[in-house]
This record gives sequence, structure tokens and C-alpha cells, in this order.
Amino acid sequence: MYKAMTERLADWGIVAFLWAFRIVVILIVIVGSVLTLVKGSYTSDQWIDLAVFGLSQGGIYALIALGYTMVYGVLRMINFAHGEIFMSGAFAGYFLASALNRLGILNANPILALALITVFAMAVSAGVALLVERVAYRPLRAAPRLVPLISAIGASFFLQYTVRGLFGPGVYAYPDIQALQGEWIIFGVGILKRQVVIIIAAVIMMFILYTLVMRTKIGKAVRAVSEDREVAELMGISVDRAIVVTFALGAAMAGAAGVLYAQIFRQVNFFMGFVPGIKAFTAAVLGGIGNVPGAMLGGLFLGLVESVGPSLFLDGLGIVAPYQLKDAIAFTMLVLVLIFRPSGILGERLLTKRA
Amino acid sequence: MSVNTPQDLREDDRRQAPMATQGLRADIGRAIRIGLLGGIVLVYLTLVGLVGSFSERPLISGFISLGQTLLLLSMLGVGYVTTRLLWNPSTKSAASQGRAILTSSLAGFLSGGVLAMLVIIGHRIDVREVFVNATTELYQILTFGRGLPGVWLLPIVAGVAAAVASAAYRLPAKIRSPVVWGLASAGFFGLFSSLFRTILTGISRGLGPLSRLFFASSEGLTLGGAIFFIILAAGIAAGRQFGSETRVAKALRTKAAANPRLRWLGYGLIILVALLLPQVSGPFLSQVLALVGLYTLMGLGLNITLGFAGLFDLGFVAFFAIGAYTMGLLTAYGAQGLVHISFWVAAPIAMLVAMLGGLFLGMPVLGIRGDYLAIATLGFGEIARIVVGSDFLAPWLGGSQGIIGIQKPCVGRLGPFVAEGVPRDCFGLELVGPQAMYYVVVAGVVIAALVAWRLREGRLGRAWMSIREDEDVAEALGVNLVGTKLLAYSLGAGFAGLSGGVFAVLVGSIFDSSMQLFVSINVVALLIVGGMGSLPGVFVGALFLIGLPELLREFSEYRLLFYGLALIVMMQAKPEGLWPSATIRRELRAGDDPTALREAGANPA
Repeated sequence: MYKAMTERLADWGIVAFLWAFRIVVILIVIVGSVLTLVKGSYTSDQWIDLAVFGLSQGGIYALIALGYTMVYGVLRMINFAHGEIFMSGAFAGYFLASALNRLGILNANPILALALITVFAMAVSAGVALLVERVAYRPLRAAPRLVPLISAIGASFFLQYTVRGLFGPGVYAYPDIQALQGEWIIFGVGILKRQVVIIIAAVIMMFILYTLVMRTKIGKAVRAVSEDREVAELMGISVDRAIVVTFALGAAMAGAAGVLYAQIFRQVNFFMGFVPGIKAFTAAVLGGIGNVPGAMLGGLFLGLVESVGPSLFLDGLGIVAPYQLKDAIAFTMLVLVLIFRPSGILGERLLTKRA
Repeated sequence: MSVNTPQDLREDDRRQAPMATQGLRADIGRAIRIGLLGGIVLVYLTLVGLVGSFSERPLISGFISLGQTLLLLSMLGVGYVTTRLLWNPSTKSAASQGRAILTSSLAGFLSGGVLAMLVIIGHRIDVREVFVNATTELYQILTFGRGLPGVWLLPIVAGVAAAVASAAYRLPAKIRSPVVWGLASAGFFGLFSSLFRTILTGISRGLGPLSRLFFASSEGLTLGGAIFFIILAAGIAAGRQFGSETRVAKALRTKAAANPRLRWLGYGLIILVALLLPQVSGPFLSQVLALVGLYTLMGLGLNITLGFAGLFDLGFVAFFAIGAYTMGLLTAYGAQGLVHISFWVAAPIAMLVAMLGGLFLGMPVLGIRGDYLAIATLGFGEIARIVVGSDFLAPWLGGSQGIIGIQKPCVGRLGPFVAEGVPRDCFGLELVGPQAMYYVVVAGVVIAALVAWRLREGRLGRAWMSIREDEDVAEALGVNLVGTKLLAYSLGAGFAGLSGGVFAVLVGSIFDSSMQLFVSINVVALLIVGGMGSLPGVFVGALFLIGLPELLREFSEYRLLFYGLALIVMMQAKPEGLWPSATIRRELRAGDDPTALREAGANPA
């Protein structure tokens, strides 16, 4: 009797704690936003700049998140090395871009050059991903769930330090494309050209992927395997092929994201994949993991919150240098989503069964 | 399991045994494939910089460098793999033996050829724009210092090495094992030559000249030393073959097992060595040992959370940070110190605060399982690092300037220090430097190990393990999930907090840059390498993953490369770790049995 009571008390304690947690977070967001707006330290132009920057970054997160979500769909594993696949795409793009720059093609014909760079980066990323799948994941398909995750963590470090060893530890400046410099005036507001291009490119890539997954035969096979691997196999679908295609598609999106990312930040480094990788995973969870449109939405949302959030929520609370905490906001969102809504915004699957 | 693991390929060969005569063409095809793959591996090792940076370190002074050893080992590996995959054990004729040697040397020749192509291409086109390690010095190493004309040596050496490996594969164990042991021991002593030289000189000044006989003045063995170690190890291995050694050893072991007094003598000896070690080995090694101890302490903590209760925490550094910053705030001399109390009072407080931290971080994630939990805790760890280093908390935690001037512990004095600048009234003994702090670390590890050991054997330990096996079943059997999980989180966090506190004192200052994700990954990796849930495994893992890289500091840029590789290889070859606990071994080996596989939830859909 006494034991049952203490246990119930503990349960209530936990529930109360979680509610307090929620309320604190909501209060910080509301109070912070109101105080910031009242203080009026940012003009509307600045807010629009932040939002557009957030959306362009969000588009990139969305492209990376597609890989996480698709692989989780078919294999039920977190491809921890996906951030490194994104990084290898960015590196491939960097080397081709500098070669084209030396030949003068980069600025003479920027559209062709960008297309070439993107395709090359996508191909390299897909190649790396297939190699990782073959070496680090495929032999472990029957193993308990944590085993492939640990292998993926190993693959992530291995790729990072392979790139570091091969190409050096430095930060390399991405060559500039002159056509992408400057601003366009849209509705009377100046918006950086490269950000517009990135948003458009990301949307186009997502559209292509969505059509591939929804309209083609192999896309159907991928969806079938993601729904139920055993039944799909019984229906005559080659599971191995579907998994390989999933990895290749997800990695190609990450490779394209790598090129776009390098357009914003204009530099590449062997460690650049880690943080965007984790954030894209957040985006995938946010949208409901295994859900392709969800990942796109989650990415855009995360990018927006991360860009606008520090100024909006934290500035009003008198926190010094809120921009330093932008990663903390992204990680807090990750933790909050995992705690309170692990099925994501669009996901209706019960994840406790699968996770 | 996959279709193409080496075992499967070998079984394929066994099945095709009757058609062996037809298989020559297929064998050659396979040898070509292995040779090309081996060549890619060689090119990888070269371009990633391993060969170049290993070449700066002599293994046997003036005779062979570590880089050359690496290349040679890879070439031997090509021959070994070829023979292993193509050898048909049912035919023992001289002809089949010759064929295996020939195909292996073909594979080796090809792999060397691929590497030679790299050198030839590198001499024509400058690839340094892309591959930073493709320097002329590297080509000099690869051509044995002869420039482009010497490039033909590479395939020849590789072919010969592969043939040697193939022949050695077929040697009877009686001859092979002494040779392998002899060479391996020479490699081992050569690699850690400076370590053994310091110990040898540390034991007694009189042995200084003796160490010069074996170890070269800078790094590596002398030729005489190498021969000595080869003969010594080969002799021991050969002796074991003839059984005289084993009989003595076996007699000793049975006697020790029967006589508890002898066993305690053994433990006593181990403790004596552990206590004397820092005095013999000097400050640098003591620092390494102290670090190994601190990671062991953290590993013991994570072993409770992850090893016993199966709660995957990838943000363990958060608790380490809590402990370290608590210690800093409580004991620092300067204005940053809040109360200036002594280490002995602050250490339990740091541990308690970390335990509270574990409780508070554990509560929200109670309902999250498996890999989601790993990512959520990873988020906590990163948040901790970012917040600690931000300008927002800088007035208290020092931001990126950190907390400096952390008090050293003072034996025999529990009260607070007066202040900085005032003569330190430490009437006892102030523990300055790693040689003294080592003992504090060892004490912490011993206490933590005892606690973990007793808990594992008790009711709580069994409750944890039942949660690890199956949460739902555990709950149905009456295990209180909330309490048990929270205890696992907070106890694990407590050990990590203690480790962080001692680390803060050992270094004397604490910065946000010490709180990287790398620390968390390190702790997880050492548990995996040592064996999850196993107490000696934690120490073994820390020795391998912390001690070894610290001793090989000059190659630290490749540390994480090897980490990654080790994790991937471990998961496929030995998922239960080097020193596994019995339960985990059973559980993970269940993967080999197709019926047990379903039950382990391999395919949850």
C-alpha cells in the first residue's frame, strides 16, 4: 500500500515536472518575443532578412533531412554518418568549382557550372553513401538495433578524418560566383540573390525527389520496403536494391545540399557536416521520421526558428550575444520534440513501438 | 548476415572443391580483384598521410620505420587474405600449395602496382592541390629513396611479401607462432620504445646503460635490441609449444585457485604495482595514467546507465561538465570561487550536484527509448557545452576564458584555504602534479568500481538488467521503471561528476573547450571496446582508447580515424567487446542464430 502510494506520487512528480518544463519553455518564448518586440531593437527589414536567411538554411536542412527520413523508413536506423555524406558532397563541389574557376567557366557560364558542380557533388555523395552502406551497415542488418548505430558513429568519424587526412585540416574558401552576388528587390525589400537561388534550388530538388518516390516503380518499391520489409520481399520486391536506391537518393540530396550550403557560407571544412547533420536529423524528427513531406516542412521550420529565434526569444530577456545560442535553440528543439512529440508534426505513427 | 563475408566466400570455395582444377581461371580472377582492392587500400593509407607521418618514426633505428612496417603489413595482409579466400583445405598437395603462393603473389604484385601507378602519376601531374600528403618526400619513401627508377621495386616487394604471407599461412603452427610472436614483440617494444626506456631508467639509475643497449637514443629499438626481443618472444612461444612452460603455469594456476591466500597475494602484488607505478614512470606517464583513471571512472558511470540499464547516453559530457564546474566554483582561489572550500569537501558536493543533474536530465527522457534516447542525450550534451561557453553565463563560468586557479587538495586539512597570495598553510601534504593526483584518481576508481560491483550483484542491478533486456516485461514483473531508470541516470552521472571534479583539480583550470562531444563518444567507445556491462572491460577499454593514443601523441591527428575504424570493425567482429560480461556475450551472439534473431527484435516492423 505504502509502496504503491510512493510510486504514484513519483509518477505525479514526473508529470508535474514535465508540465513545468513545458510551461517554462512556452513562457520564455512568449515573454521573450513580447519584450523584444516592445523594445523594438530590430527593424522590419532586419526581420525579413533573418527570415529569408532562415528559409534558405531551412531548405538545406530539409534536403539533408530527406536522407535521414528515408533511411530510417527502410532500415529503422539513424544514419549517423549522413552529415559526413553531406560534407563529402560539399568537398566534391569545392574541388570541381575551383577547377572550373581556374578554367574560367565558373563565371562565364554560371548556370552550366552550377549544374555540373551539383551533379558531381550528388554523384560523389551517393558513391560514399553506398560504400558506407556496403561496408558498415549491410553486414549488421540482422544485429540488435544499437549495433548499427554504433557502427554509424564509427563511420561518421572515419569519414571525417579520412577527408581531413586526404585534403588537409584547413578551411577552404569556396570560389565566388559573380552572378550570385548582390540583391534582388522583391516587393520593395532587398533580398540576397544567393538566398533566393538556394530556396528555389532546394524546392526543385525536393520536387524531383518527391516525384521519384511517389511516381516511379523503384520509388514504389522503396515505399513498400519502408512500410513492411518482409511483406515487400514476399511480393517480389528486391529489398537490397530498394535499400541501395534509398541510400543513393538520400545521399544525392545531401550532396546537393552540400553545394548549396557552400554557396551561403562560402567555405568547406572536414568538420562542417556534424552540426548540420544533427540539425537535419532534428528536422526529420520534427516532421515525423519516415515521412518525406514532413522532413521538408520540418527543415524549413527549423531553419526559420533557428534564424529568427535568438533575436526574437532571447534578446528581449536581456541575454548577451543571443546569436551564440542559436545552436542551443536548435538542440533544445530537438530535445523538446523527442520528449513531447516523438511522432513529429506530420507523423501519426506510434514511435515507441518502433524506436 | 551478408552474402560476401570472408567466411561465406570460403564456404563457397569448399563447396566447389571437386571442381578445383577448373577453378584456376576463377582463382586468378579473384586474386586480381583482391589485388586491386589491396592496391586501393595501399593508396588510401598513403594519401591519407599515415605512411608519411609513420615514416618519421623509426621502429628499429636505421633499419625499418613505422611507415614501412605499415606498408609491409598491408602487403602481407593481401597475401594472407588471398590465401585464406582461395585456399582449398581439402587438397594438401604441393601443387595446390604452389598455386596458392602464385595467386597470392599475383595479388600482391597487383596491389603494389596500383601504388606504383600513384607514384608515376604523381611524378607527372602535381596532385598536391587536392591531396595534401602527396609530397615528393612521400614519393621518396615509396620508391625506397631511389626516385622514379625505383618505382618498380614496389610491386616486386609487394609480390614477395604476399607470397611469404601465403607460405606462412600454410606453415605448421609450431613454426609459425614463434616467428609471429617474435616479430610482434619487436614491433611492440619498438613502437613504445620511449615508454620502456623511461621505465627502465626509472627503476634504477644503474640500468641506464643497459637501456641504451636495447633502445635507440631518440626512438625505436637498436638492431641488437630488436634481435634480443625477437629471440626472447620466439623462445617463449616455442617453449609453450613444447609444453614445459604450460605445465608450470598450470600448476601455479590451479594452486592459486585452490589457495585463497595465494590469490590475495596476487591481488596485493597488483595493488603494489599500481601504487608504485607513478614513482617509477615519471610525471608524463603519471598524467597519462591519471587520464586513463578519470576515463575509467566516467566509464564506470556510463557502464551503469548504458551497460547495466541499457540507457544510451551520448551526452555524458554534460555531467562531467557539471562536476568540473561545480568543483571550480567551489574551490577556485580567485574571485570566481564562490566559497573557497577544500577539495575533500567539494568532491562529494560535485558528485551530488552531478547526480541531481542526472536526475533532472533523466526525468524528461524517461519515455524515450533506444536510438532516439541517444540523440536526445546528445542534444543535452551539446546544449551544456554551448551554454557553458556562452557570454550569457560568462560572469559566473568565465565563458571561453574558463575558471582558473583551482585549489589542489591538501592531505590532512579539511578546512578552507585562506586566499590566494597568503602563504599556504597546508601542514599536511599538498597534492600537486599528476604523480600525486594519480592516487586521488585511483582511490576514486576503486570506490566507484566497488559500488558498481556491489550494485550489479544486488536487487537493483538485476532490475537494471531486466530493463535493458525488455522494458515492458520488466515492468510487468514489477520493476518500478521510473525509480530504477532515474537511479541509473543519477548514479552514472555522479561518477561522471566526480571524474569531472578531479579533472578540474588535476588540470588546475576548466574551460568550455574541454566539454566536447568527443568526450562522450570516447566514453561510449571505451565501453564498447571493453565490453558493455563488464567492470574490467571499462578499464581495458580506457587503457586501449585513452592510454594508447596518449602514448602515441605524435599521431594524434589520426586518433579519430582509428576510433571510427575500431568501432566499425568491433561491431562486425566482436560486438561484445574485448572483455565481455557473460550476459551481453550471449545476447549479441544470438544474432548468429536465426530463431533467436526474431526474438531480439531485429525486425520490429
